[in-house]
Amino acid sequence: MLLAARTPLHAQFSGGAPSSDSAFSIPSAQLLQPEELNRLLHAQGANRPLVLQVGSHLLFAEAHIAGAEYAGAGSQTAGLKQLQDRVAPLPRKSFIVLYCGCCPWNRCPNIGPAFKLLRDLGFTNVKALYLADNLGADWVDKGNPVERGR
Amino acid sequence: MTRGIRLSAAASRGSRGEAPAGPDAATGARTWISGLMMACLLLGAWFAACSRTACAAESLLNKKAPEFTRRDLNGGNLDLATFRGKVVLLNFWATWCAPCQVEMPRFVQWQRQYGPQGFQVIGISMDDDPELARKLYARLKLNYPVAMGDEKLGELYGGVLGLPLTYLVDRNGEVRARFQGETDLKTIEKRLKALLFKH
Repeated sequence: MLLAARTPLHAQFSGGAPSSDSAFSIPSAQLLQPEELNRLLHAQGANRPLVLQVGSHLLFAEAHIAGAEYAGAGSQTAGLKQLQDRVAPLPRKSFIVLYCGCCPWNRCPNIGPAFKLLRDLGFTNVKALYLADNLGADWVDKGNPVERGR
Repeated sequence: MTRGIRLSAAASRGSRGEAPAGPDAATGARTWISGLMMACLLLGAWFAACSRTACAAESLLNKKAPEFTRRDLNGGNLDLATFRGKVVLLNFWATWCAPCQVEMPRFVQWQRQYGPQGFQVIGISMDDDPELARKLYARLKLNYPVAMGDEKLGELYGGVLGLPLTYLVDRNGEVRARFQGETDLKTIEKRLKALLFKH
């Protein structure tokens, strides 16, 4: 139901005003800095978030945040369906961190729609990892924990 | 130099399980340990300064471009080695990458403009779905070959963990420049012209 009226992938690149589900639409209070996430990854129990990558599966295979799961590209209807299915059984208070890192933050087509979906589904403890340039520069190159493979 | 030789001798004795003898051996051992510590510090500093993807990518500069063969989107064979003798612009892109789509029409223009001088653009789509790449290929009327990438190709090129990513390879097949992220296209054009018209 929530996925019925997604913007087609290429329509997002046609210029004009930023869409309501762009990365800019995510409140700054909901952003998480890489060093904060790195700390949280060492936490136990409810303080440890479920980390979901919502961008390219190929880039996920090359490198992803240790312990993260691939949850579908946020810019695609099929990707959002995958994300919706993944979170369906979770309590709405679950601590979830979304990230993409495919390209510079202000150009990312995935993180905004994924964040909006979780908010629309009623999740109340969702953060978006702020990766200014990309996963390589802002996470991997800083020595944070990484895994490979699909 | 003399000390080095003594150190080697002391180390050699140590490795054979012989007891070190006299003050010379003690001094040698201290210097050897100091040297080891210095080496560790330098190695640590190098690791701190040279992060994983950045160093992997930097290490490609002025080296032979990693070779690869792929099927292009039209079913033809795309073998990097066959472009030896040309200046190659190797561009990693994806349909979800907005800055990539700003660059690609310019690459089409460069291919038309500089192609006769021995310039060749090669595109590598990092999309998960080839069909999306094919649609954009047609929509942008790309006049250069494009193949689908994968994690192996990404790793060959230092880790493609953010797009766009472009390499310039000279006529000898050596990597001469790397541009990560949104880059001023004039900068890329200046570098490619320098390679193209170098005598």
